[in-house]
Amino acid sequence: MSIPHTFVVYVEDKPGVLNRVVSLFRRRGFNIESLSVGHTDRSGVSRMTIVMEAEEAAARLVEANLYKLVNVLRVEELTDSDAVLRDLALIKVRADTERRAQVLQIVKVFRARVVDVVTDALIVEISGSEDKIDGLVDVLRPFGIIEMARTGTIAMKRGAEAPSIQPHFVHARVPEVPANRSPEDDLPSEERSPH
Amino acid sequence: MKRTGAQIIWEVLSRQGVNVVFGYPGGAILPAYDALPEYPSVKHVLVRHEQGAAHMADGYARASGKVGVCMATSGPGATNLVTGIATAMMDSSPVLCITGQVPSHAIGTDAFQETDVTGVMLPITKHSYLVTKTDEIATTLKEALYIAQSGRPAPVLVDIAKDAQQGSCEYQWDDSPVRLPGYRPDLRALPEEFERAVELINAAKKPMILAGHGVLMSGASQVLLDFVEKTRIPVAMTLLGLSGFPASHPLSLGMMGMHGESWVNTAIQEADLLLAFGMRFDDRVIGNPKTYALKAKKIHVEIDPSEINKNIPVDVGIVGDLRETLQVLLPGVERRDRSEWHAHISELKGDSAVRDILHLPDSGHLYAAHVINDLWRYTEGKALVVTDVGQHQMWETQYYKHDYPRKLITSGGLGTMGFALPAAIGAKMAMPDEEVWVIAGDGGFQMTAAELSTCVQENLKIHVAIINNGYLGLVRQWQEFFYGGRYSASPMQNPDFVKLADAHGIAGLRVERRDQIEETVRRAREQSGTVVIDFRVEKEDTVYPMVPAGADLHAMIRRPVPVKK
Repeated sequence: MSIPHTFVVYVEDKPGVLNRVVSLFRRRGFNIESLSVGHTDRSGVSRMTIVMEAEEAAARLVEANLYKLVNVLRVEELTDSDAVLRDLALIKVRADTERRAQVLQIVKVFRARVVDVVTDALIVEISGSEDKIDGLVDVLRPFGIIEMARTGTIAMKRGAEAPSIQPHFVHARVPEVPANRSPEDDLPSEERSPH
Repeated sequence: MKRTGAQIIWEVLSRQGVNVVFGYPGGAILPAYDALPEYPSVKHVLVRHEQGAAHMADGYARASGKVGVCMATSGPGATNLVTGIATAMMDSSPVLCITGQVPSHAIGTDAFQETDVTGVMLPITKHSYLVTKTDEIATTLKEALYIAQSGRPAPVLVDIAKDAQQGSCEYQWDDSPVRLPGYRPDLRALPEEFERAVELINAAKKPMILAGHGVLMSGASQVLLDFVEKTRIPVAMTLLGLSGFPASHPLSLGMMGMHGESWVNTAIQEADLLLAFGMRFDDRVIGNPKTYALKAKKIHVEIDPSEINKNIPVDVGIVGDLRETLQVLLPGVERRDRSEWHAHISELKGDSAVRDILHLPDSGHLYAAHVINDLWRYTEGKALVVTDVGQHQMWETQYYKHDYPRKLITSGGLGTMGFALPAAIGAKMAMPDEEVWVIAGDGGFQMTAAELSTCVQENLKIHVAIINNGYLGLVRQWQEFFYGGRYSASPMQNPDFVKLADAHGIAGLRVERRDQIEETVRRAREQSGTVVIDFRVEKEDTVYPMVPAGADLHAMIRRPVPVKK
């Protein structure tokens, strides 16, 4: 059964890395639903959140293939229940003086924010789950949506744990006492913690 | 000390034990070539087409187990490498490919001979680099060599801008290990996977080993032999697994798959346990995946985790080096008498191992199967054979029995015609004391025949056996079976191969009858240089048995038995 899979992929911030990741999906015939890339708290490490619709076996294959890319540091799969999944949208909606109050009322109900106002329109910013944003879009549509931008999902596992370096896709692991590597080596050298 | 980027290239290569580079100079790589004479420890082989350089590096790697290195200029030089790199990628061959790139300020301007080579090569390399700074050349080359040969070996591309080769910087050899935080060739299975594997092996009544290229790549031939001697489990091999387990061993069943022996495939379909050792359940090996070995539990030992559960779902997946894995499994597996299972396989076998060669019609024509069988006899099965792709390649697997590892080099995954001659040159450079034979069809030979000049220039002794039937034989066979015998664009008009050899100043011999083979092989072996033998074989011969593409593995087409009058 095809269900959405959310992968968080930590990559080295080097030229061509996005191309390698995207090319892998194209090459193996998988569809990306959404993809977002940004910095992490560590310089030199970027974080991609990739959502794809796939059967379980295909998702495992994608994960294993991502792991094979030399610039990919970690791959983590997150599910709705164990993670916070968020999308951010900017929606420019028509709102003349007559209907502005109505729009503002809706914005309030959805706990969105107005970030720009002109005579005939305003820009609404909303973050939340995909469903919540879809809901707001549906309600605003009758007023006239002029344009919209969405970031695609970003995700983070709940709880205090740091992401594991152990892959889950097969019963395999990085050796417990690596000959020349510790998990700290995942970080670029200038960012290593001082202890 | 100050070094130019060009010098650094050769410093690093020679430091890392590279002593042969196959290449072709041109504008963007000229600085590197200019520095080459300063490094006499590196031998350069000038090829006739860059595709040949990539195949040579590949052949070198497969014969020696070391990284093969090829070099080309930007643009057309680099794009000509593509077929050879894709071949090496599909067959997990460690190749380092160094290309020149236009100067860094010109990148992206569609400059003369500019191609986005890292982009072109992205899907057919394990990793690739574009180097635009002189001081990054040394680290990059070290990383590239390490990536190419560790984990699952594969080609790696380093594209170096011309100005990076020309510039200079402080250079000091750095012996520290490479730092690649995201690269994990050291993934290993959990202990419970080994326990489950041992349980399954000890409980199996009808187990089979499927030995692939991984046996050779990880140097597991000896421990595989120990494993088989102890467990008495019969061994079938993939095309690239051939020579990993001695063909003359009583438990060697030979090749499986599309042109494997039908009794081997039947045994796989009847088995209750498959031990897949360093192979990837390729479609040419499994036939129809929905009907493949349904009665068997499956254990898959594989260095590349993405291969496990890719084509065939398995019960136990063990990620790791095959040799290490077998060493761990060996003490746990029990000695078993499996004579009942062996007897059953022998029954399936009947006379079929010899049947095809016996049933060739006696029309006085020369048959490829006879030629290859005789080559095996007259070279005592000891030659290093490099085959091209097509009918002759399949006959080679059936009639040339390899007992020693790395003695068969062939393009499996990509099925690249034109592979044999250049790959043989690479193999001969790696193993100068081996008797190297090329077995190629008339079609494939002509794709890279220009490399005969390379053999002459390098003074190499290679035996080139052209199995000449005047057809693209395997295409003709498919047209006969599946396209109503319409031989569209498969007949070939060939040059006189003896005269072609003569034009190169080397010996050319011709064989038209079977009784000429022995004498001709003797004369060929006496030559000091490369020799070309034109075997004029039966034009419309067919490789049997055969599983049609995608059909059930046990549904093989056999050679029709002539009705006795």
